[in-house]
Amino acid sequence: MTLYLVKRIGLSLAVIFLVVAVLFSLLYLIPGDPATIALGPRATPEAIQRYAEKMHLDEPVWMQFLIYVGNALTGDLGVDVFSDRPVTAIIGERIGFTLSLVFAGMGWAMLLGIPLGCFAAVRPNTWLDRVTGVLSVGTIAVPSFLVSIWALLIFAVHLKWLPAIGAGEPGELGDQAIHLVLPAFAVGLSWVGYLARMVRASMLEVMGETYIRSARAFGLRPRRIVYGYALRVAILPTITLIGMGFGGLISSTVFAEIIFSRPGIGKLIFDSVMARNFPVVQGGVLVATGLYIFVVLVSDLIIAWLDPRVRESL
Amino acid sequence: MIPVSVNRSDSETGVPAVDSEGLPDHVSEAEIRESAARERREKLRQFVTDWQGLTGLILVALFFASAIFAPVLAPYEPNAIDIPARLSGPTLEHPAGTDQLGRDTFSRILYGGRVALKVAAIGVSVSLVLGLILGMIAGFGPRWLDNLLLLIFDTVRAFPTIVLALATVALTGPSLWIVLTIVIVTAIPQYARVARTATMSLKNSDFILAERSLGAGTVRMLWHHIMPNVIGPLMILAAMEVPVVVTIEAGLSFLGLGVLPPTASWGTILNEGYLVIRDTPWMVIAGGIPLILTTLGFTFLGEALRDIFDPRMGKGR
Repeated sequence: MTLYLVKRIGLSLAVIFLVVAVLFSLLYLIPGDPATIALGPRATPEAIQRYAEKMHLDEPVWMQFLIYVGNALTGDLGVDVFSDRPVTAIIGERIGFTLSLVFAGMGWAMLLGIPLGCFAAVRPNTWLDRVTGVLSVGTIAVPSFLVSIWALLIFAVHLKWLPAIGAGEPGELGDQAIHLVLPAFAVGLSWVGYLARMVRASMLEVMGETYIRSARAFGLRPRRIVYGYALRVAILPTITLIGMGFGGLISSTVFAEIIFSRPGIGKLIFDSVMARNFPVVQGGVLVATGLYIFVVLVSDLIIAWLDPRVRESL
Repeated sequence: MIPVSVNRSDSETGVPAVDSEGLPDHVSEAEIRESAARERREKLRQFVTDWQGLTGLILVALFFASAIFAPVLAPYEPNAIDIPARLSGPTLEHPAGTDQLGRDTFSRILYGGRVALKVAAIGVSVSLVLGLILGMIAGFGPRWLDNLLLLIFDTVRAFPTIVLALATVALTGPSLWIVLTIVIVTAIPQYARVARTATMSLKNSDFILAERSLGAGTVRMLWHHIMPNVIGPLMILAAMEVPVVVTIEAGLSFLGLGVLPPTASWGTILNEGYLVIRDTPWMVIAGGIPLILTTLGFTFLGEALRDIFDPRMGKGR
């Protein structure tokens, strides 16, 4: 396990390093003066001058890269071009909105999707199983940003049940929770389908195992067999799926934040792209990607901890 | 059934009895052809009795036809402005309503399908070919090259697609070519991984070892003998990839980072509809339906093909 742990964490660090390198070299892959590219055509000569100084543009490229990596390691991601505030502080203010949306979206999807998959697997080929199957494909096929737009149209604009934009008044938890409902619905919907299908498939496999038959023979209650014994094993591929799919979850969070004007990381990156504020874009992308790499790492480690065979594979 | 010859059965001698053409002597060529044809008929029957697969096929055909024949089918020019008729709901003249400039939404949807088809066709085929080549190199080449390629694939996959697109567009400005590049770069690792795994399992199979001992070159082995065995699962993956690609294009165009107005795309229609969502619901409804039908169609078709040709991949994934 220790060897696997070291190797797996090493791989994640290598990937993060390469991600930083890609983000850094984007500026230089595009022909033209880096400061002009980063700040856009409307930037004043003074702003370009300041940016060049701040980013050490007079140093050789490899030196700039080392400075950037060194600063990033100490938590310094540069400063906002317009307000001069540190990028780290800006991201710190926003990341809570993104994390709460991610957890809420994933949370309701798990609460609904996993039991649905279990029900469908326990009674295969009944009407419930078929409805679950069709609904799963349906929710997976609808792009999440379309779910956001249509949810906004139906529940906020048409029925006026829920607020359309913003994240609620700061400090008022009830108001913030109400503002979370629609974005979380949109982000989680396709995951209900993914999880239900995945759990159903692996449950069907596990329910055929001999130890489930033994449990039945011992006269354990069906509910206990399904949730206490079968689900424990059947959940393993689902953990991998959640880890791998987390990138897609971040992508749909970006859309939901933009559509519902929720001030999270996605909205921050988007606004900064529009304003040509490249240091903030760079920092935001690095944090979002780092989060994804971290989740994949954690899900891989959980799997390796639960299933010793996986440890051999790296 | 295949008649088994009693005198010199394979199991007794341990050596397959073959005739001059290299076929087992108890099976005639006609019988093999017959058996292959039976399998094909069986698969076709399996496909046409699967309502999901048929629905998928019809939707995909509709997608291709409406995009290719858009100039014939569209009742109006996609960019013809008619201010007095602006933001109308569905009427006899405008079956899907009009937008904020009075342009006919139905015509714009048809033309928007052309953008989606273009991105899907170019994006999927280019990434399929590049992924296939890189995957075969990773699976067949030396260990260090394999590890290096895997690290690069992992890095590309570490970026959430939309986030990578945002970072790129921040520097280059929006264009259809950037969308295509993002689509291709992010899709390559998926194909490459599947191709790599399949290549590795073939690498030490008897027929490749025999070929190697006869002095065949690497390119010949990969091109003539590995590729035909690897490409099948990749084609199914490609069908499943189309919805992803179409969604990325529509999503980026929705954000104003892909196709730019006045060019009609499902994403720009949704974007313009989002801006007037408090005045009329029809634009976001009309812009979303073709997107859903297309993704559903390719998903259904891809799953039906997978269930028939590659049952090992299972229903759950």
